Amino acid sequence: MRQEQNNIFFGIDWLLALFFTLLVGFGWINIYAASYTDETIQAFDFSSKYGKQLLWILFSIPLIILILFINAKFYQRFSSIFFILSLLTLIGLFLFGTEINGAKSWYRFGGISLQPSEFAKAFTALALAKLMSDRKYNLSILKNQLKAFIIIFLPAFLIALHDPGSAIIYLAFFFVLNREGLTLAYIIFGALSIVLFIATILVGVKVIISSLFIFITIYVIYNIYRNRRFLKFNWMKVVGIYLFSSLFIFSADYSYNNILKKHQRDRFEVILGKTSDTKQIGYNSDQSIQTISSGKFWGKGFLEGDKTQGNFVPAQDTDYIFSVVGEEWGFIGSSFVILLFMALLYRIIYRAEKHANKFGRIYGYGVASILFFHFIVNIGMVIGVLPTVGIPLPFFSYGGSSLWGFTLLLFIFIKLDAQKSYDW
Amino acid sequence: MKRSFLLYFLFTLIGILFLGRLFQLQVIRGKDYNPVKNSAVKVKFDLPERGYIYDRNGELLVANQLSYDVTIVPNEVTPLDTIEFCSLLKISKENFIKRFKKAENYAPWLESVFLKQLAKEDFAFLQEKLHKFQGFNIQKRVIRNYPIKSAANILGYINEVNELVAKKDNYYQQGELIGKVGVEAQYEKVLRGKKGKKYFRRDRFNKIKGPFKNGIYDSIAVNGKDITLTIDSKLQQYGEYLMKGKRGGIIALEPSSGEILALVTSPSYDPNMMVGRLRSPNSVKLIGDSINKPMYDRGLKGTYPPGSPFKLVNALIGLQEDVIDENTHFFCNGGYRYGNRKKEFMKCHCDIYGKPIQLNSAISKSCNSYFANTYKRIIEKNKNSTNGMNTWSTHVKSFGLGNYLGYDLPEGDKGLIPNGDYYNRMYKHRWNASTNISNAIGQGEVLTTPIQLANVTAAIANRGFFYTPHVVKKINNQAIIDPSYTTPKHTTIDKKHFEPIIEGMHEVFKTGTASWVNIEGIDIVGKTGTSENFMRVGRKKIKLPDHSILVAFAPKNNPKIAVAVFIENGGFGSTVAAPITSLMIEKYLTGMVNRKWIEERMLKTDLSPIYERQTIAIKQIETGTK
Repeated sequence: MRQEQNNIFFGIDWLLALFFTLLVGFGWINIYAASYTDETIQAFDFSSKYGKQLLWILFSIPLIILILFINAKFYQRFSSIFFILSLLTLIGLFLFGTEINGAKSWYRFGGISLQPSEFAKAFTALALAKLMSDRKYNLSILKNQLKAFIIIFLPAFLIALHDPGSAIIYLAFFFVLNREGLTLAYIIFGALSIVLFIATILVGVKVIISSLFIFITIYVIYNIYRNRRFLKFNWMKVVGIYLFSSLFIFSADYSYNNILKKHQRDRFEVILGKTSDTKQIGYNSDQSIQTISSGKFWGKGFLEGDKTQGNFVPAQDTDYIFSVVGEEWGFIGSSFVILLFMALLYRIIYRAEKHANKFGRIYGYGVASILFFHFIVNIGMVIGVLPTVGIPLPFFSYGGSSLWGFTLLLFIFIKLDAQKSYDW
Repeated sequence: MKRSFLLYFLFTLIGILFLGRLFQLQVIRGKDYNPVKNSAVKVKFDLPERGYIYDRNGELLVANQLSYDVTIVPNEVTPLDTIEFCSLLKISKENFIKRFKKAENYAPWLESVFLKQLAKEDFAFLQEKLHKFQGFNIQKRVIRNYPIKSAANILGYINEVNELVAKKDNYYQQGELIGKVGVEAQYEKVLRGKKGKKYFRRDRFNKIKGPFKNGIYDSIAVNGKDITLTIDSKLQQYGEYLMKGKRGGIIALEPSSGEILALVTSPSYDPNMMVGRLRSPNSVKLIGDSINKPMYDRGLKGTYPPGSPFKLVNALIGLQEDVIDENTHFFCNGGYRYGNRKKEFMKCHCDIYGKPIQLNSAISKSCNSYFANTYKRIIEKNKNSTNGMNTWSTHVKSFGLGNYLGYDLPEGDKGLIPNGDYYNRMYKHRWNASTNISNAIGQGEVLTTPIQLANVTAAIANRGFFYTPHVVKKINNQAIIDPSYTTPKHTTIDKKHFEPIIEGMHEVFKTGTASWVNIEGIDIVGKTGTSENFMRVGRKKIKLPDHSILVAFAPKNNPKIAVAVFIENGGFGSTVAAPITSLMIEKYLTGMVNRKWIEERMLKTDLSPIYERQTIAIKQIETGTK
C-alpha cells in the first residue's frame, strides 16, 4: 500500500489522461494553424501564439505532477482555504487587476497574465464538494440549500462584475446539486424561465401575456369540464402562477431592453433571426458558419484553410478555435472533437459514480458540469445556434490561464479518482 | 431512476444536436460550396482581345483600338489647378464638379471612371502632366474600330454589360463589353474569347496575401476568334451607295451556298457612331429616330406583301399540283372577275387581251388573270378549300416563307403564309379561293421579308433547293461546319418544273418589264413586282405609293448571285428596283459598272420628298382625327 501510494501515477484513469492529451494536442495543432503566418522566417517562433501555447502546455506537465504528488485528502482538507484564497484573488482584481479586451480580469506578472476566474471554478467545485459531503448535510433543508447557493453565487457574482459571460458557467453547479438530491424543480424552473424570456423577446410582452392567459383559461376550463369540480378548484394557485409569470415577463422585457447593453441585445437578435445583418452585428457568427461549412466532409487540410489563413473569423485562436477545426479538418475532424468531449464527459460521470465517498463524486460532477457548460456555450456559439458569449473551449482555446485552470480542474479529479479506494 | 441519468441524457442530446448541425453545415450546405467563391479569395480578370471581323475577300471590317479612360479615387485627390485640368480634358468646370461629386457619391475610397474614352491627342498631353493631379489615373481599354463606314446593320455594336446582364450571366462583370446586335451579338461567344482568371488569397482587410492554392484554379485568357463574313464589302458598299435617298433593302445571296453577299438596309448609319465619346448622344439620336429608323434592318425585319415575284411560287405550285402545264392557257380581259359585283374585279396590265396567255408570257408580262386562275385551281383542286389551302401553304412554306429562315443574325420576322385554319378562323368556314384571290399575286394576307424573297429566288436559281442564308463564312479561318448552313433544304417542287418558270423570268429581262436594264453578255433572270401598301392611321386606311420590288439571279445557267431589292414607295418594280438589281449583278459579276448612266440615274432618284410628304400627310390625318 505504501509503495503504491508513493507511485504518483498509481490508480489514475489512463483513459481520462488520454482524452486530455488528445484534446490538448489537437487543440495546439489548430492554434498553430490559426496563428501561423507565411511571413514568419523562423521555422518555430516562441513569441508567436502557438509558441507561447506550447510553453503553457509544457509547463502544465510539472503542474500535473504536482497535483498527482499531493495526497487526495489534502484537497478535501484545505478546500475551504483554497476557496477563500480564490475569492480574494477575484476581489483583488479591483485593486491590482489589468484590463485586457475591456475586462479587468487579469493579473500581470512580468511577461505573463493570469486570469483568476479560470482557477476559481476548480476551487468552487472543491468547496461545494466539501460542504455537501458532510455527513450531516441534507439538501432538502432550505438552510443547506442556501449555503450551497452562496458557494456557487459568490464567485459567480465577483466574476460577473468584470465578465458576465464567464459567470454563466456557474449555473452548471445546479447539475451537481440535482445529483445530490436537490429537486429537479429548480432546473425545470430555470429552463422554463429561459424559454419564457426568449419568447418574450421574440413576440413581445402583449402577445405572450395574452397567450399565457388564454392557455391558462383553456387549462382551467378543461379541468372543470373533466373533474366537474368548480368550487374545489385551486384558484389561488392558478392566479398566483399567472401573476408571477406576468411579473417575470415584464421584468424580462424591462431588463432585456434597459439593463442589457446594445451589443448584448444584438447577439440575441442575430440568433433569434430578428436581424440579418452579417456585416457588423452578425459578422462573427456569419463568418464562423461560412468557415465551418467550407470545410465540407474531409476538410481542406492542415494550414490549407484559406479563411483561417486570412484571419476572417475574429478570435479564431481563442473562442472561435472550433471554426479552424471545422475548416481544416472538415466534418470528420469536428465530429471527432465533439465525440472526444462526449467521451470525456461520460467517463468523468462514470468514474464519479464509482466513488465510495461523496466528496470525490460531488467534485467529479462539478468537473463534468463545468466542462459540459463550456462545451455547449462555446461550440453552440461557433456553429451559430447560441448567442455570442466569449468563453473558451476547454483544453483547446489559446490561453495559459484557461489551459492551467482546466488542467487543475481535471487532474484534481483524476487524483481523487486514483485514491478513491483508499480509506479517507 | 438513477441520479446520473440526467447528465448522461443531456450529454447525448447536446452531442447529437451538435453533430446534426455540423452535418447540416459541412455536408449538406458544404456540397454547394465553391472553393473560389469565398470571401478569402479575390479574383482578378484578364480580359482577352475581341476577335476581328473580315469580309469574304479578307478586307478588315472590325478591328480593335486602344482607348483611354480617366479614373479617379476621390479620397486621394489633392487640391489641383482645375482650370488646367479641365482644359486638358476639354470639359467645363461645372462638368468637372458634377463628375467629381458623382465619383464621390459612388465611393470616395474606390476607383471609378471619371471621363470615358479620351481622344488620343488629349491622352498624350494629359499623361505628361498627370503627376500634377493626385488621385487621377489613366486606364487603358479596348474599343471597336470600323475601318470601313459600312454594314452597320450586319456588324452590330457592343455595349457595356449592365447590372441586369451581369446578374443573369455570371460570365460577365458589370462594365465589360458584350455584343448587342448583329454579328457582334450572334457570335458573342466566338468573338469574346475566354477571360483569364487569377485567384488570390486575401485577408479580411482585403489585403492580397499571394496566389490561391498556388494558382491551380487560375486560367489564362484566350483571345477571341476572328470571323470572316460571307459579305462582299465592295458589293455591300455599292448597294448602300445606290440606296441613298431611298428606304428599303437589298439582299444578295450566293445560291450555291446560301452565303449572304450583301445585306443592305437604308437608311443606315456609320458604325463608328456607336463607339467613342459621342456614343451615347449618337445612340439616342439613332434609336430615337422613329421616322427613318436607321437601326431597323428592313432587309431582315421589314414585312411587306411580296407582290408579283410571288406569282413564281404560285406557278411552281400549279405545275407541281398538275393543275396547269406549260401549255395551259387562260384569257385575260384586262382583269379577272372573281365575283358578280362590280368591285370584285382584279385589274391586269398585261396588255394581252383577247389572246390566250400561256405560262411563259404570263410571267414575263406579269398577267394577274393567269395567276388568279391558277391559284383558284390549286385551292379548289380537292373540292375542299381548307385542304387546298393547306396544300398550297405547305408548298409555299417549303421555300422558307412564313417562318424564321434560321440565318445567323439575331433579328428577323416570320412573315405570314396563311393556311386553311387561318381563313376558317377569319371567315368561320365561309370562304373559297375567290375570298383570298389576292394571294395569287402576292397581295392579300401574304407577307414576306426581303431576305425571304431573296431566298425564294435562290431556291429557283438552284432549281428546287436552297441553303439557309448565313453571314459567317469562316471562324479563325476554318470554314463553318454547322450542318444547318451546309446541308441543302429541298422545296416540295420537282426540279423539272423550274425550267419553264426560269424561261419566263428570262423573258422579263429579254423582252419584258426589265428589258431596259439587261446587261450585254449576262443572262439575268428575274421578276419585277409592285406591291400595293396601305397604312392604317387611326381608323383610316390610306393608300401609299407602291413598293418597288425585284428579284433576280444571274447568270441563268450556273447562277452566281440571287438578289432581292425592295424599295419602299418606289413605284413600279421596273423603274427603281430593276436598275438597282441590274447594277448590283453587274458589280458582283464583272467587278465594275460600265453603264454609268443607269448608275447616275439611280443616284439621282431621291425618294425623300415622297417620304416627307407621307409623314406630313400622316401627321395631318392624325391631328385631324383627334
